[in-house]
Parts: sequence; C-alpha cells; structure tokens
Amino acid sequence: MDRFQAVLASPGSVLAGGVIVLCVLAAIFAPLIAPQNPYDLAQLSLIDSESSPLSTGSTGMFFLFGTDDQGRDIFSAILYGLRLSLAVALFATVIAASLGVTVGLLSAYAGGRIEAVLMRIVDMQLSFPAVLIALMLIAALGSGVEKVILAIIGVQWASYARTARGAALVEREREYVEAARCLAYGKPRIMFLHILPNCLAPLSILATVEIGAAITIEATLSFLGVGLPITQPSLGLLIANGYPFMLSGKYWLSVFPGIVLMTLVIAVNVMGEVIREAFDPRDGE
Amino acid sequence: MAFLLRRLLQGITTLIVVSLLIFVGVFAIGNPVYVLVDPSSPPEVIQETIRNLGLDRPLYEQYLRFVIAALHGDFGTSYVHAQPSLLLIAHRLPATLELVVTSLCIAVTIGVPLGLVAGYWARSGLSRWISSLAVLGISVPTFWIGLVLIIVFALDLHLVPTGGRGQTVTLLGMQTSLLTIDGLRHLALPALTLSLFPTALIVRLTRAGIREHRRMDYVRFARAMGIARARILLQYMLRNILIPIVTILGLVFGTLIAFSVVTESIFSWPGMGKLIIDSIKVSDRPVIVAYLLFVVTLFLVVNLVVDMISAALDPRIRLARAE
Repeated sequence: MDRFQAVLASPGSVLAGGVIVLCVLAAIFAPLIAPQNPYDLAQLSLIDSESSPLSTGSTGMFFLFGTDDQGRDIFSAILYGLRLSLAVALFATVIAASLGVTVGLLSAYAGGRIEAVLMRIVDMQLSFPAVLIALMLIAALGSGVEKVILAIIGVQWASYARTARGAALVEREREYVEAARCLAYGKPRIMFLHILPNCLAPLSILATVEIGAAITIEATLSFLGVGLPITQPSLGLLIANGYPFMLSGKYWLSVFPGIVLMTLVIAVNVMGEVIREAFDPRDGE
Repeated sequence: MAFLLRRLLQGITTLIVVSLLIFVGVFAIGNPVYVLVDPSSPPEVIQETIRNLGLDRPLYEQYLRFVIAALHGDFGTSYVHAQPSLLLIAHRLPATLELVVTSLCIAVTIGVPLGLVAGYWARSGLSRWISSLAVLGISVPTFWIGLVLIIVFALDLHLVPTGGRGQTVTLLGMQTSLLTIDGLRHLALPALTLSLFPTALIVRLTRAGIREHRRMDYVRFARAMGIARARILLQYMLRNILIPIVTILGLVFGTLIAFSVVTESIFSWPGMGKLIIDSIKVSDRPVIVAYLLFVVTLFLVVNLVVDMISAALDPRIRLARAE
C-alpha cells in the first residue's frame, strides 16, 4: 500500500490525475457540456465565423475559445474532439494490451521454439521507430478510424508482449505457480488467473505511458492528414484544420485544441512517471 | 568477424521479411489500376493496363519480379511524378539528412551537459527542472512543439521564416543550406523541433548513467584522491557512460529519419518525409514502397554500424557476443 500512498502523495500526480479525470469527464459528457453540437450544421451560423475568443455570437452564444471559418464554436469542437481522441486511444490500448499480454504470457509459458519465434518478431518490430511502423500500416491500410486503431495496435502490442513475458518469466519460477501445477490446473488457468495478476504492476505502468503515446500517434497521423477522416475531427485534426488560419493571425483555431492535447498528454506521462518512480526500488535512496 | 556475419545475416532476413510485408500490404490491398486509369474507361483499356503492370500474375510471381527489379535499383516509376521512385527519394535525401544531422548535433551539445549536471547534483532544484523538461520533450507531440515555435519565432517575433528550405549551395554534389545565412534561418526551427526528442532522451540517459556511476568505487576513489570534480565528471565518468550514449545516438538517428516526416510536413521542408506523406495521400505506391524499404535498409545499416562501434568501444560487448 505504501506505493499507492506514495503515488497519491506526490503533488504532480494529484495535478495530473485531476487533468486526466477532467478530460475523461469532459469527453464522456461532451454533448451535455458543449454549448452547441459542432457538427449539426443547423446550429452553425456563418455570421459568427472566425469570431475571436471571449466574444458573443449573433444568437447570443458565448464563444470561449472563438469560432472557426464556419462559425463553429471551438470549445464545443474541442470537447467532441477530445471524445474521439480518447476513445480511439483507449480502444486501441485495450486491444493492444490484451493481444500483447497474451503473446507475452504464451511465449513465457510455452518456452522453446514458440517463445523464440514470437520474441524474435517482437524484437524485430521494437527495433523500428513507432512512427515508421504506424506509417507502414497506414500506407497499407489507408486512413479512417478503424485503420488508425489498427495502426496503433500494430505499433504497441510488441511492448506489452515483451513486458508481459519479462514479468511472467520471473513469476513462473515462484512457488505458487509450482503449487498450482501440483494441483493439476490447466496451463491457461495458471497463466491468466495466477501469473497474470502478479504481472499487473509493470503492465499498468506501461499501459499508462502507452495511452499517452496512442493519443500522440492518433493526433500526429490526423494532423498529417493520413489519420481520421475530415468528418471525424479529433484534436489532431482540429489543429491541422486551424493551421492555415494561424498564418493569418487567427491563432485560436489551432492553439486551443493544441493546448488541450498537450496538457492531456503531459498529464498522462507525468502520471506514468510518478507510478514508475513509486514502483522503482532504485529511487528510494 | 563471426559476430559481424551473423548480424549481417539477421539484417538481410529482416529486410526480406519486411519487404514481403510491405509488398503484400501495399500491393495486395486495393487495386492500383483505378489510381492510374479512369474507372469509367472501356474494359479493354483496364485489362491492357492490368496486363502491362503484371497484375494478372500470381502474387508470388509479382513479388519475385518486384524483388528482382528492386535489386537492380528499380522500384518502379512514380504515378505522380513520372520519375523513378528511387531517384525521387535520392533527390530528397540530402535535405532530410541535413535536418537530422543538425538536430543530432543540437541534441548532443545541449543534452549531454544538462544530463551531466542533472545526474551529478541529482537532488538539486536545477536537476528537477531539467528532468521535468526532459519528460516534456519526450511526451509532447512533435507537431505541436513545431507549431508553437512557428507562432513564437516566425509569426510573432519575425526572426525566421515559417517554412521552406531557403537558399542552398552545392557542396560535393549535394545541395546544402548550411552555408548560407538564408538557409540557416530556414533550418533553425525545423532542426530545433526535431532535436527536442533526442535531447530529452540524451538528458535522461546521461543523468541515469551518471547517477549510477556516482556511487561506484572508481569515482569515490578519485574523489578521495582529491581530483577536481570537473575532471572526475568529464574525464572519468563521461567516458564510461559514452557507450550507451553512442548506441542511443545511432538508434535515434534512424528514429529521427522517420520522425522527420512530421517535422518536414509542418515546415514544408522538401525532404523524404514530406514526399512519403504526399505519396500516401495520393496512393503513389512505388514511392511508398521505395521509401519504406529505403528507410528500413538505412535503419538496419545504422544499427549494424552502432553495434560495431560499441563493440570497438567496449571489449566486454565483444566477448559477451562471441560466446
């Protein structure tokens, strides 16, 4: 329990945790919080296009972060974009983690040739930068929500596999596993019910960092124009859409989505760092 | 020597596997004919194009033909630019290399000293600041940092242009912007943006290395002998932590080549990265395939060289791998 207390006691984690909770809540309740539905054309008015932040529109609506070229409230667009960014990242993380952990546990438990082949693939993939793998997959699959999710899974499963295998190799030699084997439990049962719960600490540290990375990958692909389609603007796409306007001084189209994205990703990473330090015995000097 | 051969063999295997994956991925999914020919043209024309491209052959035959052509340096002609795709990439390579090498230089000059300070005085406030900045550098999306730099330095302060490569001069047959003032002004922001990630990485690595070595006997002994701190730090410890730094530098070089895709797109830097993004957008398959294979090969070569350098720097690695 000390570790969890250490995590809770760090001021960084409180702030980061607050930001994460706020973002998740904002994403879930976006339709309720947002002043307008930014993708319902009937609610947009061209008269209000490119209003600056803190201005009031023709219908009396207050634009906290200004509007885009179609009179869309940037604040609402950010809430809906956050929703999409988080959904893509979480969905991809869950699948990548399940896939990677299964591969990792399987190779740790099976050993022999299966382990050698699987780990060779993992090593090969991890030797390439994530951006390159993501681009390869996008080049092959094309763009779109499910393609981006596939690309993130394709990038991230390998690190889960390696971490899960590393942790499982240590756990495999413990006495409780021997005991379970003596009870003639099946391999899948020992792997998933006995070994897996004991590997959760390193895996959850990894997952925290990887969620941040997943958000970044999606945002980057979308910003480059090869990620989500224009009809589903995540934070990255909002930034890209606003980019041309920035050069003419209308900074708010890009800057506010960018600040939200940056704050969220930093918060996730700070959280990961705090958890990692709490679990890392070397830092207890 | 045996070590080198085995690594070479590993590299070639990886290349074959990757080329197969890329080929199947890019060529087998979807039909490139409709990119080239108007889908409403008469069926004879479409059939003719399919036959000319060899798309009516079985997949393994297509792959073999592709490999044989590729070994002759022929990756096909770009659908868009009507030029051999490898040539297109070769033309864009110097710009990317210039960007990547400049970024690495920035990363080493800033990262190593910061890491030394943060590692040696690990509990100081300065160290905490450096560490937090390093977390920022690793976690914040590159494209966002690039945009912020554009807003501040190009749009607000008007110090540098927002994009493009600027004036270049030819040096040894390569275009370079390192030798003109205009070129350097164009290079500054993209190089700085690209350098943030490797800088943060080097800071963390150096810091961790110094922290580990600080407690070792040789450092204690040197301090007991009254050797000046600066000398212990620079002459004794730095040499010992140099190997992981060299290794990381090599690996980061490959990562930066891939990462430059993002930076080049933001700053309209005419390198390979911008070419591949533009090609993906219009499904220019020969260029995509050539780029991916080129970068993968580059990556494997760099990894091999890094391994050789670290083996040369540290005899322990050589011995461990010889077993």
